[in-house]
Amino acid sequence: MNIFCMILSSIARKVAMAISGLFLVFFLAQHFTINITSVISEETFNFLSHFMGTNPIVQFVLQPVLIFGVVFHFIMGFILEIQNKKARTNNYALYKGSENANWTSRNMIISGLVILSFLVLHFYDFWVPEINYKYVEVLPDNPNRYYEELVHKFHSPIRVGLYSVSFIFLGLHLYHGFNSAFQSVGFNNKFMIGVKKLTIAFSLIIPLGFIFIAIFHHLND
Amino acid sequence: MNLTLKIWRQSNSESKGKMVKYNISEISPDMSFLEMMDALNNQLIKKGDDPVAFDHDCREGICGMCSMFIDGEAHGPDRLTTTCQLHMRKFKDGQTITIEPFRANAFPVIKDLVVDRSAFDRVQQAGGFISINTSGNTQDANSIPIEKDDADRAFDAATCIGCGACVASCKNASAMLFVSAKVSQYSLLPQGKVEATDRVRNMVKQMDQEGFGNCTNTGACEVECPKGISLENIARMNREYLSTLLKS
Ligand code: SF4
Ligand code: FES
Repeated sequence: MNIFCMILSSIARKVAMAISGLFLVFFLAQHFTINITSVISEETFNFLSHFMGTNPIVQFVLQPVLIFGVVFHFIMGFILEIQNKKARTNNYALYKGSENANWTSRNMIISGLVILSFLVLHFYDFWVPEINYKYVEVLPDNPNRYYEELVHKFHSPIRVGLYSVSFIFLGLHLYHGFNSAFQSVGFNNKFMIGVKKLTIAFSLIIPLGFIFIAIFHHLND
Repeated sequence: MNLTLKIWRQSNSESKGKMVKYNISEISPDMSFLEMMDALNNQLIKKGDDPVAFDHDCREGICGMCSMFIDGEAHGPDRLTTTCQLHMRKFKDGQTITIEPFRANAFPVIKDLVVDRSAFDRVQQAGGFISINTSGNTQDANSIPIEKDDADRAFDAATCIGCGACVASCKNASAMLFVSAKVSQYSLLPQGKVEATDRVRNMVKQMDQEGFGNCTNTGACEVECPKGISLENIARMNREYLSTLLKS
């Protein structure tokens, strides 16, 4: 069996899903760390955002890698879902999925689709204006604009509501995805209890933290 | 006990099949599920109807033949039991029980509740063995020291009876638990290490060719497995496969 067959195998697909997922988890942690500074210090948030927005390595290396990671994770997720549906075309009259697996693990495609819709809104809100500011209209560099832009976005209660619902689904996605990624890359030993605890902590802290940031700026506007 | 049974009836692999309702009475709570099915079939034969075809052999939880999806779960509502070990006392008098074949495209229905699980045989033939010289001077297996922990894990994996409940329960119809148990039972032992690389490659390749779905780690297989085969085996197989991939 040659290496190409192996790369296309079900296990390789599963590992690719896990690695891209872990990469996105890492990115989320970094994004959250920067955003949480906005409720503590306007200057720090502006400084970090300006650095991320102007540093060539972040802009031209990490950002394309991130976009590739997101697109890859979604496309692969859809491919797996279609293949898995094809593996059982004649469905059960009665199937008690909740007896042996939790909702989050059985509905990653639903939480994933909500996150995908959120990303469209999020890109429209922040990424598109940012690209427009820097590369289309080429407006003068202003290192202090980021905090104001952020607060302005959370003025609308509808947006805060949409963001909050999306973060709940993000939490559900992480609750299964985080430790599942470890299992996929072959990590299942006595440390798995620790990984499960970390999963619960991460899937609670990050989404609730993001919701807190959105509500905080909405109320402080 | 009086029961209503909703059973999948399909006369052959080509026909469409449908759920058919039967009423059955005077069922003892001490009967096994298969004995209840026997009672139903006696009733059907007396009436001149076609009895319900279902697989069974040992009737003591060791052959893995009695594949039935009972009330939404493989081998019924009990844990660590096969259908033949399930007793009617687990159900209530007057209850309606839904009985279906294990469903996966890799396990086509042959008749009623009987499915063709030869996909598992082909996966096994692809690498689930060790090659030894049986010329008469074979080394005694006990002369090879094996760490107790490895021996126990290999034995646990070897208790897989190939029933297919893992595939039937998985929302993706994935066979990863079965294949990983078969990979692990050999690769943990020195005799199996020699062919470990080819084994994992070939068994996974065959598994994919048979049309099983992809594992998404829901863990349903581990819960429904009558032998308690652990997800650790899947992680081990992933590890072995990854290291084989990296080496090549
Ligand atoms: S792993 Fe468990 S459920 Fe799957 S075939 Fe083996 S014994 Fe049956
Ligand atoms: S009939 Fe053998 S395991 Fe049930």
